[in-house]
Amino acid sequence: MTAVPLWVRLPARERVGWLRTVDHKAIGVLYIGMGVAFFAIGGLEALLLRAQLATPEERLLDPETFNQAFTVHGVTMILLAVVPLLVGFANYLVPLMIGAPDVAFPRLNALSFWLSLVGGIVLYFSFLAGGAPDTGWFSYAPLSERAFAPGTGVDYYILGLAVNGAGTIIGAINLAVTILLMRCPGMAISRVPLFVWMTLVTSVLILGAYPALTAALVMLLVDRQLGGHFFDPGGGGQAVLWQHLFWFFGHPEVYIMVLPAMGMISEVIPVFSRKPIFGYGFVAGSSVAIAFLSFGVWAHHMFAVGLGDTENAIFSATSMLIAIPTGVKIFNWIATMVGGRLRMTTAMLFAVGFIAMFVIGGLSGVSLAVVPIDLAVTDSYYVVAHLHYVLFGGTMLGIFAGTYYWFPKMTGRLLNEVLGRWHFWTTFVGFNLTFLPQHWLGAVGMPRRVFTYAASTGWGPLNLLSTIGAAILAIAMVIFFVNLVRSLRSGEIAGDDPWDAFTLEWATTSPPPPENFASIPAVTGRRPLWDRKHPELRDAP
Amino acid sequence: MIAVRPAIGTNRTLLGVAIFIASESIFFLAIVLAYVAYRDAGLATAKATLDIGRTAVFSVALFGSSGTMALAARAESGRWLAATIVLGAIFLTGQGSEYARLLGEGIGPGSALFGTTFFTLTGLHGLHVLAGLVALGALVAANRRRRRAVHPVAWEAVGMYWHFVDAVWVVVFSVVYLGTLL
Ligand code: HEM
Ligand SMILES: [Cu+2]
Repeated sequence: MTAVPLWVRLPARERVGWLRTVDHKAIGVLYIGMGVAFFAIGGLEALLLRAQLATPEERLLDPETFNQAFTVHGVTMILLAVVPLLVGFANYLVPLMIGAPDVAFPRLNALSFWLSLVGGIVLYFSFLAGGAPDTGWFSYAPLSERAFAPGTGVDYYILGLAVNGAGTIIGAINLAVTILLMRCPGMAISRVPLFVWMTLVTSVLILGAYPALTAALVMLLVDRQLGGHFFDPGGGGQAVLWQHLFWFFGHPEVYIMVLPAMGMISEVIPVFSRKPIFGYGFVAGSSVAIAFLSFGVWAHHMFAVGLGDTENAIFSATSMLIAIPTGVKIFNWIATMVGGRLRMTTAMLFAVGFIAMFVIGGLSGVSLAVVPIDLAVTDSYYVVAHLHYVLFGGTMLGIFAGTYYWFPKMTGRLLNEVLGRWHFWTTFVGFNLTFLPQHWLGAVGMPRRVFTYAASTGWGPLNLLSTIGAAILAIAMVIFFVNLVRSLRSGEIAGDDPWDAFTLEWATTSPPPPENFASIPAVTGRRPLWDRKHPELRDAP
Repeated sequence: MIAVRPAIGTNRTLLGVAIFIASESIFFLAIVLAYVAYRDAGLATAKATLDIGRTAVFSVALFGSSGTMALAARAESGRWLAATIVLGAIFLTGQGSEYARLLGEGIGPGSALFGTTFFTLTGLHGLHVLAGLVALGALVAANRRRRRAVHPVAWEAVGMYWHFVDAVWVVVFSVVYLGTLL
């Protein structure tokens, strides 16, 4: 059987190829491809880390390599895997969902992608240029200053992140303008699919947060290359300034990674519950609340610094407040499922998995917002467990849900559901086996970022369990890749609307033509395609 | 033909530039805050070495260039555009001479906290002026070659960016130079 073209159906001579394309769908696929590739690389790095930690006193990696591996793993997963995956989906889907032919600035869109990718390549070039950065993904000063990090690793970190961030900022401008100005007639801003809404909110977060990171990077570069003193206590600077600037970016970054995934499951859950989302306004509004609050909580990453009791109390309180809008969403998703005719497809399994795992990550997050608890477990494996429940259990499961849901639209073929179920359950088991034990490890005092530990600590068994979990996760990812490749070549033909879905991207062919729509259906509500298919059951406008 | 003036609320390019400016503002805010945070440590050096009067004159050139830019955009006039470029270049020359003097006195980005913050903040602003001059130059070139083809939006967009660069200098000049008078 011949392959269905992956993105546009152009005759060969009219195809521009991946290097020169400015089509939002092709660029979306490029972003997703970049994310998948870096996810694989970051995953291999994680496996190395887990192998080294499997038993006490292991000597697989030397300490220096271990430091580089966790640093590059963290940066890769966050900035080169998850963000590109989410931006890729947004690129592909937003114009389709709002009935637009493309994004507002197609050529700028290509620039964004290439900047993001080049940033990643610059970071990885450090391996060839004498050693990767080894100062952790948040690269605290003064450790990251020349005096303590004399190699070039941190310079590549600065350059790579700045270039990658420029791409992300330009991409956010593009998506924001697209959503604000290019909605088709009838598509009021209060009717956009929630994934589009979350993308808009995320763009605002990117535009507010990334420039602070860029500024911090510039200052660090001045310190390192021009002998400046921004973060150099010896020269009168304050190392804590880096932390403030970094986390002013870093905490919103968490929501930049989570909100779009929440948007994805907000599309998936209604369709597979055969109901409109429960409380659209609350889901949309709570996202704005989260975005707003997320700029006022950064110092919860800095409780151990000793800012003072008043500061700690304020940031503790604002951090806990975020649990409210987050909880609102969780109730809305559950209420959408209650009483629905559930279809437990793989996409739906992953969406439900997202809710379950994100609740655990959210609860450990609230516990970390309690200052005394944070002081006890800061920089321990408890934090590592927490962040992976949010980022893997939350975001990645959401991305998998979105992948099973939209793959047929992007490729014209369905992913295999049997492999999909294997993928889900091995992921679920492997993930929990890897990260659940780390809560205990952290609670009994195992610090993060240590390359090994003594047998007498008694941390061996739980670490071994965790590494076995990581191996199962690796198998899960192999199943996923097999599914991707097989389905791409010979998956069941999807048709335009395989899920009997609600939103406009399903109103066009799979994959969509270059101009997206032959004709755009009249939009009178939040579920335009449903309204067209079932005029008698139309949503009230 | 009298062009309808494009508006931020409906024009993609202008909205894009406006959003870009908003995010650039956060970038400068972070740098300005760093300057303010370290102000006390550098105040003595700043008082002793900065030349407010001279810089004020060059600042007037930059502020004036916002006026010429507004005139240029309104009339789509290449002449006013050229005036804007000249004024912007005068400002940069002034900054360059200030840098040369400070460096001559041994004050550089690596010398002490004042040098670090001063050169970073004013240098980043200078780079933005330079980028603005490039944009202005591109507009001049396009306008001379194919006058009719230059979209009115281009004038507005470049103008917005230029006014922004100017506004940033109002803040930087106040914080860095006028701040020494407090
Ligand atoms: C494939 C499954 C994964 C495994 C087995 C894994 C494992 C690990 C390990 C062992 C560490 C080092 C902990 C330490 O020494 O402090 C780590 C750190 C980290 N991981 Fe993962 N990880 C995985 C997926 C992810 C994903 C999907 C993300 C983000 C989207 C992520 C983000 C991070 C971050 C930010 C750090 C902190 C890096 C640092 O300390 O600077 N990981 N991970
Ligand atoms: Cu946070």
